[in-house]
Amino acid sequence: MNGIPLSYIARNLMARRLTTLLTAGGMALVVYVFATVLMLAAGLRETLIGTGQPDNVIVIRKGSQSEVQSGVDRRTASIIESLSSIATAEDGSKLLSKEPVVLINLPKRDSGKASNVVIRGVTDHGLTLRPQVKIVEGRMFRPGTSEIIAGSAVASGFRGAAIGETLRFAQRDWTVVGVFDAGRTAFNSEIWGDAEQLLQAFRRTTYSTVIFRLVDADRFADVKREIDADPRLQVDIKRESQFYADQSEQLAKFISYLGTTISIIFSIGAIIGAMITMYASVASRTGEIGTLRALGFSRIAILVAFLGEALLLGLVGGIIGLAAASFMQAIPISTTNFQTFAEIAFHFTLTPQIIVISLAFSVLMGFIGGFLPAARASRMKIVDALRAA
Amino acid sequence: MFVVSLVLRNALRHKLRTTLTMVGIIVAIVAFGLLRTIVDAWYAGAEATSSTRLITRNAISLVFSLPLNYAQKIRQVEGVSAVSWANWFGGVYINESNFFPQFAVDAATYLDLYPEYVLKPDEKKAFQLDRQGVVVGRKLADQYGWKLGDQIPLRGTIYPGTWTFTLRGIYEGADAKVDETQFLFHWRYLNETVKARFPRRGDFAGVYVVEIRDPGQAAEVSARLDAAFKNSLAETLTETEKAFQLGFVAMTEAILVAIEAVSFVVVIIIMAVMANTMAMTARERYSEYATMKALGFSGGFVALLIVAESLAIALAGGFLAILLTIPIASAFGSSMGTLFPVFFVSRETMLMQLAAALIVGLVASAVPAWRASQVRIVDGLRSIA
Repeated sequence: MNGIPLSYIARNLMARRLTTLLTAGGMALVVYVFATVLMLAAGLRETLIGTGQPDNVIVIRKGSQSEVQSGVDRRTASIIESLSSIATAEDGSKLLSKEPVVLINLPKRDSGKASNVVIRGVTDHGLTLRPQVKIVEGRMFRPGTSEIIAGSAVASGFRGAAIGETLRFAQRDWTVVGVFDAGRTAFNSEIWGDAEQLLQAFRRTTYSTVIFRLVDADRFADVKREIDADPRLQVDIKRESQFYADQSEQLAKFISYLGTTISIIFSIGAIIGAMITMYASVASRTGEIGTLRALGFSRIAILVAFLGEALLLGLVGGIIGLAAASFMQAIPISTTNFQTFAEIAFHFTLTPQIIVISLAFSVLMGFIGGFLPAARASRMKIVDALRAA
Repeated sequence: MFVVSLVLRNALRHKLRTTLTMVGIIVAIVAFGLLRTIVDAWYAGAEATSSTRLITRNAISLVFSLPLNYAQKIRQVEGVSAVSWANWFGGVYINESNFFPQFAVDAATYLDLYPEYVLKPDEKKAFQLDRQGVVVGRKLADQYGWKLGDQIPLRGTIYPGTWTFTLRGIYEGADAKVDETQFLFHWRYLNETVKARFPRRGDFAGVYVVEIRDPGQAAEVSARLDAAFKNSLAETLTETEKAFQLGFVAMTEAILVAIEAVSFVVVIIIMAVMANTMAMTARERYSEYATMKALGFSGGFVALLIVAESLAIALAGGFLAILLTIPIASAFGSSMGTLFPVFFVSRETMLMQLAAALIVGLVASAVPAWRASQVRIVDGLRSIA
């Protein structure tokens, strides 16, 4: 004997539209929360991983965890500049940028609440080292002046950071002469100015980081060995891509752990909803089950039919939830990364992996919710079931 | 009395369904309470502040420090009764996952400004006499099993090197709101070591803690303080301790808003589940409702029966959930360790949980009750579930 046709299963869900809608709606909300949280963590990772170039190397002081904490003095910077594995530009100069990186406290444009924004001093090769950065409005700052350029997320998100506006800090007025876009990277949440000007204004004598391009991406291990062997250099070096990826880890982990825990707790509610619906579905169709069995459908076929109904219910919920979550991609989000203590703007990102996991999660909820009721249906005795109708 | 027993008997007719619904409500209301408590814990730093304390920091951002000689100038400002200072240390204990706040504080004055950190007099004296001494909160000491006299090594991230401290005192909070996870050591120890190695980085304070005589004068004193350092190399920004703490909360506001939104989502999920239960229950009983109407009971009475049944299930679940939230929250709080220094279920949270249960019960029964009250006797008697 064959299984019970799928259309029978689907029509059962259609027959009780309100109940189906409410149950699937509960599951849809759980899937929505689940998918949104995963999208948030994925968006943060994507932004920070996209920030670093694999053939760029970043040098910070030994033991420091972020650029802001780090300090690299001029002597150390010069020694690094003399390393042989650094790529050279067309004019023969080394592709290397010595950069001061500090945080400034700025009010947000919409709420007026202050947050920390990274301000980075860059040298001639600062832009060459980061090909993803493009000036989209205005122009580059002129070296030796109090001109700055702002990342697109900062320009739109913070007061005084849009083109033509001025920011006051360190006893100077700084004019924003350009806005740059760096795709979905952390640079969008930064302000850039002339390195020497910023050092003077902040009365610093040391850079925060040194960034350079390798002649060949494979030379990283050699450079690391060379630097570690030099007792004058108390620095840590990392590939830029790895450095930024590491900075996303804590916040991304925090978001996904919290979100997954919440989703699992929520799913208990939705599973119970599915269970109630399926038990009611079994109870009201006792006569039908008896008839089906009398016609020769096996216990397994009944089990599969009811389980299929529950899985379908879960799938419907999952699709609705995922569809709702996909709209979140249009919403930009900005928060402080506790690892760097600086503001970072990113987007919800829906990856194929998240689609698969979310749908699997919804079907699993349907399975857990539907298993016991389906088992009850399959265990009914034909005579009792027919008599109950 | 008759109505009450009718409602209860109705509620218990489908024992399995009622139990499942109630379990769902308990899970949802507990989750709701926990999420609200997490949000509260985020604000705990701001809740525990004193209105007589101001915080003065560098106007550019917290990354920049202030010269030590500002302490003298601040003390002379009208309305100021005491001043102390602290530097964020940002050290790592064994590995990065053991996070807790560490401050280098001016040992002679700092603890006097924080009377809510209760420390035994002999421990306080022992701390003040030992330049490498440290005072930590009870919760922090318990988490790592530290005892008085223990050596605690920290690896500096802002101040390079390994720093070793000797535990001289363990403070306890004057009430549940006080953060018991702080690690306070001598600013002089930090300053002398830093000065010996990097002369330019010495004699700086991260923030000044300023005590004022009259809390009502906070705004005026803040303005006076900032005016005193206007156009200097290090301009200041002074705000109340509460505003200072809220500044940190605001930085992670996006995450906080998300948690709050999610806490309402769980209530909506359970509303859908409960509405489904009540819709099925009412549908199965249409013929009974028709019979009651035929006997002369009004449509309103029939509706009342459904609403009362729904409320009874929701509120019973809600009460159990509130009782369960307290032990679950304390277990959760201690498993999180020092991540949430202050973690307890507030009375507001419990009231909100109760309100959520009430709303779920009411909303879930609205449509079925209305439908049942409208059912025509003839149709109801004819209907089969």
